[in-house]
Amino acid sequence: MFANCIDRFRALCLSILLLSCLAVPALASPFEDSVAKFANDEFSDTEAAIGEVAASGNALASPIISALQDGRLSADPDSKKVFVTQTDGKIVDATTGAAVDKVPDNAAAVRLNNRLRRTVEAALGGLTLLSPDPAKRLAAAQSVFKSHEENLLPTVEGALAKESVKPIKQAFAEARAAIILFKSDASDSDKLDAVAVVKARGDQEALALLTGLGDQPPLVAKAAASAVSSIQSNLAMWSMVQNAWYGLSLGSVLLLAAIGLAITFGVMGVINMAHGEMVMLGAYTTFVVQEVIRTRYPTLFDYSLLIAVPLAFLVAGFIGVLIERTIIRFLYGRPLETLLATWGLSLVLQQAVRTAFGPTNREVGNPSWMSGAFELGQITITYNRLWILCFTLAVFAILLAMLRYTALGLEMRAVTQNRRMAASMGIATSRVDALTFGLGSGIAGIAGVALSQIDNVSPNLGQSYIIDSFMVVVFGGVGNLWGTLVGAFTLGIANKFLEPVAGAVLGKIAILVLIILFIQKRPRGLFALKGRAVEA
Amino acid sequence: MLTQLTHGIATMTRRRALAATAGLVLGLAASSPFAPAQAADDTIKVGILHSLSGTMAISETTLKDTILFLIDEQNKKGGVLGKKLEPVVVDPASNWPLFAEKARELITKDKVAVVFGCWTSVSRKSVLPVFKELNNILFYPVQYEGEESERNVFYTGAAPNQQAIPAVDYLMKEEKVKRWVLAGTDYVYPRTTNKILEAYLKSKGVAQDDIMINYTPFGHSDWQTIVADIKKFGSAGKKTAVVSTINGDANVPFYKELGNQGIKATDIPVVAFSVGEEELAGIDTKPLLGHLAAWNYFESIKIPANEKFIKEWQAYTKNPKRVTNDPMEAHYIGFNMWVKAVEKVKSTDPDKVIDALPGIEAPNLTGGTSKMLPNHHITKPVFIGEIKGNGQFDVVWKTPGLVAGDAWSKELEGSKDLIGDWVGKKCGNYNTKTNKCGGQGS
Repeated sequence: MFANCIDRFRALCLSILLLSCLAVPALASPFEDSVAKFANDEFSDTEAAIGEVAASGNALASPIISALQDGRLSADPDSKKVFVTQTDGKIVDATTGAAVDKVPDNAAAVRLNNRLRRTVEAALGGLTLLSPDPAKRLAAAQSVFKSHEENLLPTVEGALAKESVKPIKQAFAEARAAIILFKSDASDSDKLDAVAVVKARGDQEALALLTGLGDQPPLVAKAAASAVSSIQSNLAMWSMVQNAWYGLSLGSVLLLAAIGLAITFGVMGVINMAHGEMVMLGAYTTFVVQEVIRTRYPTLFDYSLLIAVPLAFLVAGFIGVLIERTIIRFLYGRPLETLLATWGLSLVLQQAVRTAFGPTNREVGNPSWMSGAFELGQITITYNRLWILCFTLAVFAILLAMLRYTALGLEMRAVTQNRRMAASMGIATSRVDALTFGLGSGIAGIAGVALSQIDNVSPNLGQSYIIDSFMVVVFGGVGNLWGTLVGAFTLGIANKFLEPVAGAVLGKIAILVLIILFIQKRPRGLFALKGRAVEA
Repeated sequence: MLTQLTHGIATMTRRRALAATAGLVLGLAASSPFAPAQAADDTIKVGILHSLSGTMAISETTLKDTILFLIDEQNKKGGVLGKKLEPVVVDPASNWPLFAEKARELITKDKVAVVFGCWTSVSRKSVLPVFKELNNILFYPVQYEGEESERNVFYTGAAPNQQAIPAVDYLMKEEKVKRWVLAGTDYVYPRTTNKILEAYLKSKGVAQDDIMINYTPFGHSDWQTIVADIKKFGSAGKKTAVVSTINGDANVPFYKELGNQGIKATDIPVVAFSVGEEELAGIDTKPLLGHLAAWNYFESIKIPANEKFIKEWQAYTKNPKRVTNDPMEAHYIGFNMWVKAVEKVKSTDPDKVIDALPGIEAPNLTGGTSKMLPNHHITKPVFIGEIKGNGQFDVVWKTPGLVAGDAWSKELEGSKDLIGDWVGKKCGNYNTKTNKCGGQGS
């Protein structure tokens, strides 16, 4: 407000001056000239225009520049007219603010490159420091922290004095500290205070600011160096927490992919090489669901995954039953043939999907509640990973409950423990076989829905998970669901602690070697089944 | 470029029986459904050697369609030398040894006059001996690591000095980047390219501490640690950029993770050498706004020749959303060069065509004219594009003229004195210091 007033005052003086000189009326104002530069489609002109518009103090400056940032500013190269498409879809002339019916056909959105985007952010930071919207003020304070524009110091200080919301006040204080640190004529004591404020912030951006300080008076340089080392040691501690979290997240993905296999391979003993393709089918089901929602019911997009989960279970489960009835049931007790048949099947399924959907990746969008991240202390937790972890644990719990408490679960356990006894007790073993295989496949399908959120949806999707899945099941102990759970999280966490040290490639190799050594020692995995079932 | 080694290796680690049968089943799966019709003598056969199944199908299928499209267009104009062109399509199924087998089949059984094909460097290396032995011509359309110049191969994709070096120059000049992350998939193309880039950066005064090199396996999907590392590396108070030679499928989860962890192009820009329109078709590009790619062609380049090409391509594929990309343009240039060379010598005899090709010029789709050089590489313009919200690129910079492709990198100790010259010296690795043919790669 303060700066605006001064500028308005200046503009007023200028116009009085102009009037008193009896200048020719209807001259284009400097503001109009500045805005017209957006129409030149030259990055250098656009940069000049941003600076001039931001400094003009015109009430339209802020809407113009935020429109530029969002790609809502368009310019007609012929008439040099510039238009703002407002967030509610209305179109106004950028210089006058007057409503316009439509943007001319030859007008195009004003282009930006990264350098200009930074300029825009900085300019907008200066313009929205006093915005009534708290979210905008916070964003502005953060962008000033990054840009530390010296001439914004009075505005920031004014905003700091007025601010009542605590986190925003903190952000303003940090922005002020950043400016002072880079101000050449600030006193040592001010700078020392500023170092303390930035040190208290303690994150990577604070670190970047302090390490990029350049020449400073010796006292300040020393304080900055000690702040840097204290932030670094703090961040190093957080990076352990971060690795543990990444490990859990990777473990949940491994578990999700392996859970279905823990049923078909672990419980039934079928070496199912087409397991990965069931995952892929689940992912493609998600794609189809989203495609239908996009074209017919766009408002439902955020629920697309909820709709896809049961559908993926049904699609993959149905195909699983079909496979069991037509191929696998003839091959029980012949592992080598089962392996070959299911492997051939996996190729057939891949090629079928490739023919139906094309060889290229399909876009599966993240619903809004699965995009982005939040900060927990000094680590970033992305929503999609968090949801997948929760989802995996839920699927695991439901599966466990199903095996334990339902009639079908009881029959499944009976058949896998002692098929002949179960048959003589009146259980239709072949029906149970088909349903068990269908259940394992269906869960693989559900996994596909979740994996479509973090990986490519392409015909090869399944291939990348099949090996990891076998690894998890064998490591955890064949036939034991809890073993699969522990195995997946152990492998995930071990992998993520190895990765920063050894690199992704060596880390993966090291894990493989460790598993091979482990299997030598304990051929039945972490949790070996005991008792008669082992011999069956 | 892409070698799907992980799958191969992983297969081996499972039971031996599987490994043994793997070959068998792959062989079966790969036997081509495109058996050539008994051709009359009045056609010229053109071989197409691109994977239509397996991991590389995602990229190579489009190139097969491109050549079919170009042949179709040429036949509408009356073919070549008064004869119609006849495509012979085989499917090497992303299986490197099968590439050599299929190449042999194309040349000896189908008697093709020229072959357009391969994507990965390992597949090119696998067919090289076949083309040398049977003396035929291969047009290779993909950007690659360089360090090669063979008499029977014409490289229409970019050499490192036509893509990687200009991109790094752009970041240094325009973005004032001082710290560099070189991230790549772990195989020959990224490793060689990064070796060249590292040498180049050091020659420009970048300290070892300001370069971080990181390799990941094929199909890597969990990028959390690496993206966090990049963030950490970027918080040293110096402008940081990522130069990505990450290949194929792994790019999608990489960019998703970047977007989710909130790394914006204005903070740490990523410039990619293997991400084009086709790869972006699988992701929501809004969080990627401003990240960069370096290519010799972008679909968004607005000149009449390109617009006409896109329109005809979409009409041919009956898909109004079908995108075009850089390797497609390379095939477009290569195909037209071959046609011109054949018409010049009035023969499809490989020896005559190979001798005629250097010096042949053909228009590219970005408004210039590319020329085949004596080292069998071509001249190309280099563009830097920024990713837009709609999956296309906005060109923000281009080289003032066309850049001649170097077969041998000037940045590497072992190759800086070597040149390829199949016109004067008749040698692919002529050492200009010792004035002898031979050296590295001989």
